[in-house]
Amino acid sequence: MSGKKKFKIMDHELVPKHEVVKPEEAVRILKELGVRPENLPWIRASDPVVKEIGAKPGDIIRIERRSPTTGKIIVYRFVVAG
Amino acid sequence: MSEQKLIGGIKFGILSPDMIRKMSATAIVTSEVYDENGLPVEGGVMDPRLGVIEPGQKCATCGNTLARCPGHFGHLELARPVIHIGFVRHIYDLLRATCRRCGRLKIPDEEIDRYLDLYNRLKDKWPQLASSLTDFVKRKAIKAMECPHCGEKQFKIRLEKPTTFIEEGPLGRLWPTKVREWLERIPDRDLRVLGYDPEFARPEWMVITVLPVPPIAVRPSILLETGIRSEDDLTHKLVDIIRTNEKLRESINSGAPEVIVEDLWELLQYHITTYIDNEVPGVPPAKRRSGMPLRTLAQRLKGKEGRFRGNLSGKRVDFSARTVISPDPNLSINEVGVPIEVAMILTVPERVTPWNIDELRKYVLNGPYRYPGANYIIDNTGRRIDLRFIKDLKAIAESLKPGYIVERHLINGDIVLFNRQPSLHRMSIMAHIVRVLPGRTFRLHLAVCPPYNADFDGDEMNLHVPQTIEARAEAKILLLVQEHILSPRYGGPIIGGIQDYSSGAYLLSSKVTLLTKDQVSDLLASINYSGEIPEPAVLSPIKAWSGKQIISLLLPEDFNFSKEAKISSGNLKCTDEECFWDSYLVVKRGKLLLGVLDKAAIGAQQPESLLHFLVREYGTSFGKEFMDKAFKLFLRFIEMRGFTMSIVDIMIPEEAYKEIEEVIVKVRKEIEHLIQLYKEGKLEPTPGRTLRESLEIKILEVLSRARDEAGERATKYLDPFNNVFIMAKTGARGSTLNITQMAAMLGQQSVRGQRIHRGYRGRTLPHFKRGDIGPEARGFVSGSFVKGLSPIEMFFHAAGGREGLVDTAVRTSQSGYMQRRLINALQDLRVEYDGTVRSVYGHLIQFRYGEDGIDPKNTSFGKAVNVERIIEKHVGWRK
Repeated sequence: MSGKKKFKIMDHELVPKHEVVKPEEAVRILKELGVRPENLPWIRASDPVVKEIGAKPGDIIRIERRSPTTGKIIVYRFVVAG
Repeated sequence: MSEQKLIGGIKFGILSPDMIRKMSATAIVTSEVYDENGLPVEGGVMDPRLGVIEPGQKCATCGNTLARCPGHFGHLELARPVIHIGFVRHIYDLLRATCRRCGRLKIPDEEIDRYLDLYNRLKDKWPQLASSLTDFVKRKAIKAMECPHCGEKQFKIRLEKPTTFIEEGPLGRLWPTKVREWLERIPDRDLRVLGYDPEFARPEWMVITVLPVPPIAVRPSILLETGIRSEDDLTHKLVDIIRTNEKLRESINSGAPEVIVEDLWELLQYHITTYIDNEVPGVPPAKRRSGMPLRTLAQRLKGKEGRFRGNLSGKRVDFSARTVISPDPNLSINEVGVPIEVAMILTVPERVTPWNIDELRKYVLNGPYRYPGANYIIDNTGRRIDLRFIKDLKAIAESLKPGYIVERHLINGDIVLFNRQPSLHRMSIMAHIVRVLPGRTFRLHLAVCPPYNADFDGDEMNLHVPQTIEARAEAKILLLVQEHILSPRYGGPIIGGIQDYSSGAYLLSSKVTLLTKDQVSDLLASINYSGEIPEPAVLSPIKAWSGKQIISLLLPEDFNFSKEAKISSGNLKCTDEECFWDSYLVVKRGKLLLGVLDKAAIGAQQPESLLHFLVREYGTSFGKEFMDKAFKLFLRFIEMRGFTMSIVDIMIPEEAYKEIEEVIVKVRKEIEHLIQLYKEGKLEPTPGRTLRESLEIKILEVLSRARDEAGERATKYLDPFNNVFIMAKTGARGSTLNITQMAAMLGQQSVRGQRIHRGYRGRTLPHFKRGDIGPEARGFVSGSFVKGLSPIEMFFHAAGGREGLVDTAVRTSQSGYMQRRLINALQDLRVEYDGTVRSVYGHLIQFRYGEDGIDPKNTSFGKAVNVERIIEKHVGWRK
């Protein structure tokens, strides 16, 4: 690949939609699920997608992805350092 | 009952020498075990203070008898310290991470403060992160070649496996004494950064100075029939250790040359190493006189038969039985036949009440040797009376009072758990209702073979008797066979008709089956039918009923269903109600109007079938009832009609053989042509394959075509409704391929998907020329099972058959191990009431179970709602 043109991972078909959840909403989601943030599945801050959307450790990420059973499912990840 | 306490937590640490001395009941001072009278020597490894061994004795330490004495540790003072083999890695790391002079962690003070602070914050919440921090700190400290605290230059330290440490500097070999001194110098604070808790695990305790000697109960000696005492492996090893220790002490005291002392020291190190773990790489395992390696401490814990997997996760239980299984089609699918012999040993505790006292008296009166009797009585005070030793059963029966518990024999109607290993899914353990029968085997209904994956070629199964009302209720409601007709794996019935049930159902429901009144009565009597007999389908010349009418009697009146039958294939194919071949099943308002029942309708593991919807829509009790009755009916009919298979069913006339010969000749020519092309290099290669591979693929294709064609030509001469074809078409047993192989030819035999090519150099057998790649030389079998195979054909067939056997053996062992790991990983996950899947720590695993929150047991093919079925169910009769 030419060094200049960087490949955008978010454009790839297999990468589902990721977005950082706003703090107010994050509180709501956590309350709804009845969990503390660290009980969510973790994602590392060094994960390419996390870097791409600019999430910081402590953030919660919403992922909207296709599922063979339901068509669409929303899941959340908790960003940790590393 | 003594005081009860709750365990709040468990802390693991290393025993300190002081601790070992404190908990010791006695010091072990002599290698002698028994004196000349055969009594244990005080201060030896069998010292009576280490615990009671014989019943009736009082413990010299705690005063308890055998049942209550827990056993007591002793201790052995070592003349010189040795390395504990289990901690070698830790010692190695600590030696490298700390200064050789001041013993400090080789990291500047400020950094230690920082890391310690971080570590303390991490350790409770994220232990994994904390341990990677300690790892990082350790690695950093090891890299430092100069102590930041005292400025001392550091040297590389080498570990010579298994237990020798060498400094590549002035110290040279680090004997355990040196190692211990070094480790003692490490301050507590530095250890904390490395993840040690110095209060419970000071590193110098990893070097053994005092050896704990386990209680005798841990290493009991066995008295052989010859009267010779045989000691446990651990005892032997302890004696070795003590003897070497004595020798070592003597040579030190007598001022022996250092070389001799060091030799003995290393010997002591060896004995203690093998005492702890006899499978350390690089250490020759200590052996018994017979050459068998000793089973020492680590070996007792490790592996399948070790303490964890063998004793803690795998316990043996009372109130269980195991014997061979055999079939009994007269039972209900919910039942299990239990031999009387077994029923007289297994018991159910029943509390005496005014309502059951008369019945229980009868059991007690019968005693333990007459069925149905009772084996034990427990009275109000909790005293257990063994009825085997009671002379006057009558008096005991009279003395029965409400509140007593009678442990009576197993009787008809009791509920038990039935299990066959490997227990791969939840249907491997189901609750059955007891039917006490003569004979020595457990009997079960054939329809429950698929969930257990059982057959009757010598399989054995286990039976367990629940002992409390709660357990029995749970078994009945959750585990009863009928509650498991539908499998959670694919939603369809896993319990259903197999083999003869399929062909029986087909024969009974077939168009040509007409039954006289006698036959109808016989059939209906076999299932205790008590309703009306319907109007006969044929009135003249004699009254006759169709098989479909009889089956309809068992269907619910509002049931609608339609589906292709299993036999609907080839030239019998039908896809709607306009069906000449009767291969499209139609049920309207509970009447079987068209089509035959076969595996696709009543078979096990057939989702979306008649049986599936009956169970789903009318409940499990109805499903059980239907299966009990319908299956008995099918068997009664197939008995009445008679059903067998004989060689004429697969014998083909002379002309057929000629036709097959033609096929073979044609194919041989084709292959010769292919080989010719290949040799001339004119063969068109398949993309991504070499020329040779392309040739093989083409030949295989031609040969498989040849077999199919030969099969077609041969079966043309067979009656398509003969017994063998009925079995193959209804899905009862066998396939058209099997028929082809019996009647026409076996075809190409293969190993690993290729024609057989290995054996001698350039040929498979010495009967062929080298380099012959023609069909016969590479495992093409033109014979059939009816005609017989030539020796060469037989050899190829055996080679192909062997692969199948090896495959199944390998597959089961591999998938078994995969299953074990998967279950260990998943066993504590559960679906919470909000539909999420969580671990026991509250971590979210799935936000919704299966991402759709649907139980596959209640679906059809994963869909929660099957609209087509709902329409058919309600208005299907109108079509």
